[in-house]
Amino acid sequence: MAMRVLNSESIPISTAEDIVRVRQAVRRSAVSLGFGIVDQTKIVTASSELARNALDYGGGGTVQVEVVQNETRSGVRLVFEDQGPGIPDIALALTDGYTSGNGMGLGLSGAKRLSHEFDIWSKPGSGTRVSILRWK
Amino acid sequence: MERIPILKMGEYLLVTIQVDMHDRLALTLQEDLTSQIVKSRARGVLIDISALEMVDSFIGRMLGAIASMARLLDAQTVVVGMQPSVAITLVELGMSLQGIRTALDVEKGMVALMSSIREAGEDGDASPEF
Amino acid sequence: MSSNNALADVFEKRENEIASKWLELQFADGRKASPTAHTEAGRRSRDFLSALKNATRKDGTTDINGKEWAPVKDFLADLSAGQAKNGASPSETASFVFSLKQPVFAALREEHGKDATAFGDAIWDATQLLDKLGLLTTEIHQKSRESVISRQQQEMLELSTPVVRLWENILALPLIGTLDSARTQIVMQNLLEAIVETRSDFAIIDITGVPVVDTLVAQHLLKTVAAARLMGADCLISGIRPQIAQTIIHLGVDLTNVTTKATLADAFAVALKRSGHSVVRDAAKAGAPR
Ligand SMILES: Nc1ncnc2c1ncn2[C@@H]1O[C@H](COP(=O)(O)OP(=O)(O)OP(=O)(O)O)[C@@H](O)[C@H]1O
Ligand SMILES: [Mg+2]
Repeated sequence: MAMRVLNSESIPISTAEDIVRVRQAVRRSAVSLGFGIVDQTKIVTASSELARNALDYGGGGTVQVEVVQNETRSGVRLVFEDQGPGIPDIALALTDGYTSGNGMGLGLSGAKRLSHEFDIWSKPGSGTRVSILRWK
Repeated sequence: MERIPILKMGEYLLVTIQVDMHDRLALTLQEDLTSQIVKSRARGVLIDISALEMVDSFIGRMLGAIASMARLLDAQTVVVGMQPSVAITLVELGMSLQGIRTALDVEKGMVALMSSIREAGEDGDASPEF
Repeated sequence: MSSNNALADVFEKRENEIASKWLELQFADGRKASPTAHTEAGRRSRDFLSALKNATRKDGTTDINGKEWAPVKDFLADLSAGQAKNGASPSETASFVFSLKQPVFAALREEHGKDATAFGDAIWDATQLLDKLGLLTTEIHQKSRESVISRQQQEMLELSTPVVRLWENILALPLIGTLDSARTQIVMQNLLEAIVETRSDFAIIDITGVPVVDTLVAQHLLKTVAAARLMGADCLISGIRPQIAQTIIHLGVDLTNVTTKATLADAFAVALKRSGHSVVRDAAKAGAPR
């Protein structure tokens, strides 16, 4: 299955306003693919969580917002990257309710539940990359 | 500085969130509401989120914080108008907004707020004015 | 490798000739084509040939999974998906590729006709390549049809589960038949939207007509109750049979905050009561007062 990227946009995440910008860009992409309102809301909410993590824990980063397509379907793929401290224990970070700060510990695990595909790479000391995809 | 307006209606405060709030704006609203409750001796707070297209863990946490803070100041909070898509997503995210009263719209929210204030009043420590 | 180059050479040298013969063949089956359809087919054929030429030259024909073949495959994917949506049959789509054989063979004959081995090799190469590409269109066609069908099924589902209004502020959703995860999701979304539209404080999900509830469906039901609560409405579940109660308990889900009733009528009575209504039997009108 060849995956094609139909549209791609990179957005910096370094302020609280940037998180809003990310949400808006993700919404636009989802709308452009004809996502229903629930699917739009799910991917937008996931993007908000991951953008905030990149800002709060990763010290800022970027997101690549992509509209992708293979032979049978299309979707929105988001790749968040930061050069922060990384996550020492990914399984722990993905546990509902775990937070090292004063959050609810729902952002990472929630974003995973809100997506069809979820990948995370992290190396302590060099940063974190989270990629999610939601199909139409 | 950018702020979300708080409308005073008798002993109630009404907030209509109409913009896609960034985190600082949400925190400012939380602070403004707290001081307004004290200043205007409000008994109830109605937060209309029908225009919000998304509620994430941050906004969810803010709503919870407002409700608990208001309760400490002897005011009740009702959140109204959450869109179905927002509610479905919030549940999937894992948030149940426990301890927050909700209603379908402002009108029903007003009714809920009044009964909530009545219940709180019956809860023993009635204020000396009554 | 020489035969790969032979094919690439022919595509390069005789591109126009192959294109015009191919186009003729595409309209040879007596189909009447409008001038625009003809122009469109011409453009499509030339685009495809040029992609094919490029890939054959750069990546060879043995493996069409190489990077240079991606544009060719993408082209066919678009074509097949488009044709599938328009209701064309898989063989119609495949014939776009297969009809290219004749002009390519003819061109190879012109070029290598005198050298039997080289000609044989080149023909073999061309056949294999075009067969692979033809099969690919069929595969994609199939998948696109499947997605069209599943979308239509979804649309049917939406129609088949009406939300009914029992009272000014009470809705009911009588579910009948097997619930899978996709259907449940649609049905629940419809219910929540109906709650907003009708400003109903209560919604009753009646599952009397549902034979089995699996884990996923039970979870959806509970999520719906939770979502309705967030919106400010109260969701009741009625018609839970013992087997389904078992499933729900196995899930380890806490049902203490959810009102469940044996029958729709019981749930309706609860909703009426909670919204301040009461139902009184008028003894004078009742048939047999005791
Ligand atoms: N980009 C990142 N870089 C470093 N650590 C991270 C990153 N993202 C998440 N983490 C770690 O994983 C933990 C869990 O993240 P998650 O988003 O689930 O919860 P939270 O951000 O603490 O709270 P919430 O998102 O619910 O407000 C964080 O507390 C943090 O320690
Ligand atoms: Mg987080």
